[in-house]
Amino acid sequence: MGRKSFFIILGILFVLFLQFTATGYAEAPLDIKEGWNELWHELMIDLLIIGIIFAVSTIYLLIKYKRKSPNEEGSAKKLSPLAAFGWVVIPVFVFMADDIYLAAKSFELWGHYRNVPANALVINVEGYMWGWDVKYPERITTTNELRVPAGRPVKVRLTSRDVVHSFFIPDYRVKWDTVKGRENYIWFYPKKVGEHVMTCTEFCGVLHHAMHGKVIVMPENEFNQWVEANKPKEGGAI
Amino acid sequence: MSATAATLTAPSKFSFKEWIFTTDHKRVAILYIIGSFAAFFVAGLMAMLMRTELLSVGPTVTANPSTYNTWLYFHGAAMILGYQIPALTGFFANYYVPLMIGAKDVAFPRVNALSVWLYWMGIVLALLTFVVPDPPDIMWTGYPPYSIITPGNTALYTFTVLLMGFSSIAGGVNFLTTIIRMRAPGMTWNKLNIFIWCTMGAFAMQLIFVPFLGTAVTMLSFDKYLGTHFFDANAGGTPLLYENLFWFYSHPAVYVILLPGVGIIYEIVATFSRNRVFNYKGVVYGGIWGTVLLSGIVYGHHIYVSAIPNWMAYVMTFTTLLISIPVGLLMLGLLGTLYKGSIAFKTPMLYAAGFLFLFLIGGLTGIPNAMSSIYSHIHGTQWIVGHFHYVMAVSITTAIIGGTYYVWPKMTGKMYNEVLGKLGFFTFFIGVNITFSIMMYMGAAYGLPRRSYDYAQFSEVEGLQQIATVGSYIIFLGALVILISWIHALIWGERAPQNPWGSKSLEWTHAQSPPPPGNYAEPVKVSEDWDPYGYGK
Repeated sequence: MGRKSFFIILGILFVLFLQFTATGYAEAPLDIKEGWNELWHELMIDLLIIGIIFAVSTIYLLIKYKRKSPNEEGSAKKLSPLAAFGWVVIPVFVFMADDIYLAAKSFELWGHYRNVPANALVINVEGYMWGWDVKYPERITTTNELRVPAGRPVKVRLTSRDVVHSFFIPDYRVKWDTVKGRENYIWFYPKKVGEHVMTCTEFCGVLHHAMHGKVIVMPENEFNQWVEANKPKEGGAI
Repeated sequence: MSATAATLTAPSKFSFKEWIFTTDHKRVAILYIIGSFAAFFVAGLMAMLMRTELLSVGPTVTANPSTYNTWLYFHGAAMILGYQIPALTGFFANYYVPLMIGAKDVAFPRVNALSVWLYWMGIVLALLTFVVPDPPDIMWTGYPPYSIITPGNTALYTFTVLLMGFSSIAGGVNFLTTIIRMRAPGMTWNKLNIFIWCTMGAFAMQLIFVPFLGTAVTMLSFDKYLGTHFFDANAGGTPLLYENLFWFYSHPAVYVILLPGVGIIYEIVATFSRNRVFNYKGVVYGGIWGTVLLSGIVYGHHIYVSAIPNWMAYVMTFTTLLISIPVGLLMLGLLGTLYKGSIAFKTPMLYAAGFLFLFLIGGLTGIPNAMSSIYSHIHGTQWIVGHFHYVMAVSITTAIIGGTYYVWPKMTGKMYNEVLGKLGFFTFFIGVNITFSIMMYMGAAYGLPRRSYDYAQFSEVEGLQQIATVGSYIIFLGALVILISWIHALIWGERAPQNPWGSKSLEWTHAQSPPPPGNYAEPVKVSEDWDPYGYGK
């Protein structure tokens, strides 16, 4: 490879690299579950391309350079200083371009993960050994059952009574640890009526495996009726 | 000193005392590998028990979740602290380093003996898990507050970690000194074997990071037994302090395991391709030292969802993704070494080829873990278990087993049987791919939690769990074939020549198989044009 073409390739890669870093942030709030699914899909294609390039080259090299006679030796020449430098700098640029692209994509989605929509319904969840206490603004408490209305974002404020747990709703792609002495949060957007698993994903002792419950997404009017029916009477004990 | 060493290690009839009090680096190495494979075997049995337990929803082997948790604790702690780190920085470093650099022994042979003693004491402590009435049930990560309030024996965990840590620190001082001071005359820095550079990188990281783990686990036992409150939120402490300290060591520990493993694969690939290492300086200064340089700023991805500050999630996403650069250079160097080579598919080379595929899958599936947003779903699921088994457990095990076959003729003076060797490899390779790809799938697609005795909330994965379990039985079968091939080689193996592979590295060209105490009949000197990879001249 000539010196000139080498620097041309370097220049092109640098421009690509700047292109990736310029990826902007979307303005509109986004359903993080859909955002996660899209990014995961894109990521898998990215990884598959890299993986196939490496795997096919490996198989090709292994077959092509199989030893033909017992005393044969390899015949690779030592790289010239320029080629050696190029074989470091070009891969570094390629990997770095991909890294920066993925980081930008991840940052964008992470922004949505950490910014709760203003109209979200706020519910407190406290982890304990071994279950979840769910506390609603109307002073209702349920255990291992998180009821939410369809069509409204939900913010879950997370605390722990004892050890570290991790609150996870796989179907909504959200998870955060509950740590004693701290308040953490997640949010998700239940759009359709249905039931989903919520489970603990941080080892928390003997019955860690049994620490799970249900997220029940109800039609909004049914949810309101449920709240009315279960709300403590005025002046009643908390 | 040489007189003492000679009397202690003179090749005579087998003497138990001589082995225990040996200061010969090759015997110390063998003591390490016996301990390592013993730990591997027992921890592997625990894995079989766990996989069997997961065959069906509800109790299968045991009705007591604590029993399962103890198996899991032992599996993790023993595989990492008792098997992988000692096999790599204990066995391979001890066996190869003095031989490859043309030295008679390590710089401090008695400190070396102390290292292996500490390691064996650590193994004994770890095995006490099965004897004490209150076995540790805290996982190898030992997160407080659970590890403090549990009735399980957290002290056993603390002292096992501390003994292994002291052993590593003593080894680090010893090997860095040996490599810096005891190279054969004429062996300049750019003529070192890649494995030597990898060992330096690994021990540099051990010296920097082990004290953080030591601190963390010591504070844990202080909190539990002496009433301090480092991690107690009621008294102004926080469990997050432990998580930060723990991962500040335990992520670099992945590279402590990775680098020597990759180093072994480089030796195997260069020897069996009879080819020079592709872009030597790029591999050493970019790949190996690049990994060491970045190792300390990658740990944050373990605690993305454990309440680290938001800015740190951004920084760590970026720095974690960057680790793909040096690791990519290491992979590129391996592929380049195949180019224009002359590849012979003996058993060690099969393991190296297997490594190329397993590590590729493991490395690529690490990229999602770097991205904090993607991590929000996969943290704490079986995806993580599948990923780190590919990238660390299984890849590096192919390096360790392949490396053992590679060094076998030198170490024992006997040849192994190629048919048994290859049979073991293929069985192992098929098994690991079944088990760990399914684990990753269950984690990503269903969100199946790790470290879980049961999975009643995800009963739809039962069929997948059963396939994964069958895969693990195949792995176990492979391990048995490997063990049988070694026993077979010890008893019935043919006498090994000095250099069965036609390698250009010093241990093959200059030392007998097995090398006598003191390694070389006369002091080794290397010439101006000598190169451990000087093939095709």
